[in-house]
Amino acid sequence: MNELSLHILDICQNSIKANASLIQIIIEENTFLNQYKIIIKDNGYGMNKKTLSSVADPFFTTRLTRKVGLGISLFKMAAEMTEGSFVIESEENIGTVITAYFSHNHIDRAPLGDIEETMSILILNEKGIDIYYEHNYNDKTFIFDTREIKKVLEDIPLTDYSVIMWIKNNIKNGIENIQKEESN
Amino acid sequence: MKSLDDLKKIRDAAQKKVTMRGKNEGTRVLVGMATCGISAGARPVMNKFVEEIAKRDMNTVTVTPVGCIGECAIEPIVEVLQGEERTTYCKVTEEAVERIINEHIIGGKVVADYVIGKYRL
Repeated sequence: MNELSLHILDICQNSIKANASLIQIIIEENTFLNQYKIIIKDNGYGMNKKTLSSVADPFFTTRLTRKVGLGISLFKMAAEMTEGSFVIESEENIGTVITAYFSHNHIDRAPLGDIEETMSILILNEKGIDIYYEHNYNDKTFIFDTREIKKVLEDIPLTDYSVIMWIKNNIKNGIENIQKEESN
Repeated sequence: MKSLDDLKKIRDAAQKKVTMRGKNEGTRVLVGMATCGISAGARPVMNKFVEEIAKRDMNTVTVTPVGCIGECAIEPIVEVLQGEERTTYCKVTEEAVERIINEHIIGGKVVADYVIGKYRL
């Protein structure tokens, strides 16, 4: 996977399977400290200690259709490749938090890529999970929250395609704005 | 915020549309979106479906990300469900998406070049 947003999409599928009703995706970019941090937090059913300890093992999976599970291993590798690190914490019936630390300017740090595509696909998930997305770029912040959007939409579903198109634009412009203002 | 006003306009337009929308027998498009699918390019494939369907205003078609069916080597896998009929496409590209929409979902004819039977029996 050559984009961090692809990893985010992949990791969030775990949250969806864990019956989360809210996924929080927080990105913290700090170019002065050379940090790029991604936090993915859900309120799903979590994992017990035994599962948690084996989850980064590529030959561990809970699914029955195949014998390998690469999602978390690949994300961990992507972070470690940039001299970063990876932490996963989980508590049963409370949720799971994944934090990946990257070196911002490392040559192997993949670009974020089309996060708006990732977000639109997450919104189209069957369970109607709420998504909170926060992107910090040095001291600027962009926030997108499906709960806020739902208030505006009233009875129109979030999955209406014209709404999805608006969401994609909103996120794309939002991130461009926080990064642009910084360079002025 | 200007863009929230845009969203309100979209909402109002959609509310008018809903009243015209019948209870049509819909088409469901399922796109495999597990690690294997994502690595093989399922996200741009799904995105293409969403954009084309939005562009053509095809109200009765829904696109949903799903898990993995264990045929990871021939991802991206897309299933098209119409009534009782289920068609499984594999190694789907963005160009294939256009053909699936035009020839299958609109035209009613399965796109034989991408059906799973070409790879697995």
